[in-house]
Amino acid sequence: MSIPKILIYGFFVTAVLLIGYFVENYYYLQVLTFIGINTLLALGLNMLMGYAGQISLGHGAFYGIGAYTTAILTVNYQFSPWLSLPCAILLAVTVAFLVGLPTLKLSGYYLGMGTLGFGMIAFIIFREWTSLTGGASGFVGIPSLEAGFISFSSARNYFFLVWAVVLINLIVCGRMIQSRMGRALRAIHDSEKAAMAVGINTMHLKLQIFVFSAAVGALAGFLYAHYISFISPGTFDFLASVRMVTMVVIGGMASIWGALLGAALLTLLPEWLHAFADFEMIVYGLIMMIVMILLPRGLTRGLLDLYEKAGEGTGKGHDN
Amino acid sequence: MLRVTNLKCYYGRIMAIKGISLSVRQGELITLIGANGSGKSTLLEAICGILPTWKGEILFEEESLKGADPPRIVKKGISLVPEGRLVFPPLSVTDNLKLGAYTRFRQKKHTQIAEDLEMVKELFPILAERAAQPAGTLSGGEQQMLAIGRALMSHPRLLALDEPSMGLAPLMVEKILDTLLLLKQQGLTILLVEQNAQAALKIADRAYVLETGKIVLQGPARDLLSDVEVKRAYLGKDYEEFYDGRE
Repeated sequence: MSIPKILIYGFFVTAVLLIGYFVENYYYLQVLTFIGINTLLALGLNMLMGYAGQISLGHGAFYGIGAYTTAILTVNYQFSPWLSLPCAILLAVTVAFLVGLPTLKLSGYYLGMGTLGFGMIAFIIFREWTSLTGGASGFVGIPSLEAGFISFSSARNYFFLVWAVVLINLIVCGRMIQSRMGRALRAIHDSEKAAMAVGINTMHLKLQIFVFSAAVGALAGFLYAHYISFISPGTFDFLASVRMVTMVVIGGMASIWGALLGAALLTLLPEWLHAFADFEMIVYGLIMMIVMILLPRGLTRGLLDLYEKAGEGTGKGHDN
Repeated sequence: MLRVTNLKCYYGRIMAIKGISLSVRQGELITLIGANGSGKSTLLEAICGILPTWKGEILFEEESLKGADPPRIVKKGISLVPEGRLVFPPLSVTDNLKLGAYTRFRQKKHTQIAEDLEMVKELFPILAERAAQPAGTLSGGEQQMLAIGRALMSHPRLLALDEPSMGLAPLMVEKILDTLLLLKQQGLTILLVEQNAQAALKIADRAYVLETGKIVLQGPARDLLSDVEVKRAYLGKDYEEFYDGRE
């Protein structure tokens, strides 16, 4: 890792530690934990969308598979959560593989339609398989996590757990995109034909990254279920998938920090906008539109551009 | 080295190549010329595995390429410089070149890859200068050099080029073709698909002329250069007239 990168990660860790120790308010900690969980979702999807250029409108399904698998295994079958986690990820990976095999042959709008259909099927299964999932009334009594002496039932400890997982994922994804695989993913994004010409097995790689992002989604679902202890199908519906896509686009495609920014904005906005009461969704929509019009390449790139422009204005900008 | 026998390619039900046979020997520079729609690019895509629905036989070093996907063909030693260059615009020049060595990374040849990177940058000094720049900011000619450099990174024994002169200034075309001659002298076998027949025939050993999916003429490049048939086959008129004021 280069020195600026260590600085960025150092800053990130310090910020998480400071917030974790000094924020006492339960509500704030909860919102921040949700930002962490959403960052995971956006991060996984960003690898698929931002880097490999493959859209998925069904990622809420993997989020749901993670949550429901761990809920059913821990409550109905008394599994330890640490044992149900690999099961949840394994199931998401298997489903992603089976779904990805035919759908990833599609591209553009058609891939969007294909994954959309998959997301809807998953949602209907969550809602209608009442004997297993609790149906529309939801699934209650999911145990909280513990590891040895540490109980994650306190909001603060869970905050630390979630953000530690986010940090690990940021580093893993950061390493992945710097590697041969990351280059190949961006190559597929630009031109599949040229990627094939240099000998990249495009189908194989698209499938790999689809499965990877599904696994990250399931991990986020696992963390969500054990935090809230209650899940219902509405959390994993079509709108959840769209929200994940929005986080990636608003935050900035092909940027791991964009996932963090996008997730933060989309988690915080509804909280801030409560004051508008009935007009909440209208203001929410307007803000999305304004961000996209002013910063079409997302928050990360947009803020960097603004910074560079400001630098030029004061004569301290870069040469190029 | 490469032997194509009675090759037929289809796009759906349309037959784009209607039974072509050709051969490329070790160390040769062969050119394939013909007008738009004569099937040149299709032929290259079939050889490189990008278009898998062909009939007939393609042998590379006595091994059939039937059913081989592009990664396997690249590993066997055929590398394609695709039509329209197709570099990866947002990636840096170095990353583009490294992608060319994609199939070799897993084989733990990192030092060798670094050496090849130096070799390519020596061959095209401009790429060394622009190493950190996104490939999209390069000029057309530089992008073509990058595409050739990228293809060389996979250590091919046969380099296939699809219209490297497309859209380039005459001076740049000359530069690119000179590089191909240099590569040939270093022992590389080259299959060059071109529309710019005159330029291609000047450097090639042998040539095939394609017309609507069939080979209408073949022979030593020198002979074809003065052949009237060539002019008729794909210019439809005297090429002196066609090139008037262009070269």
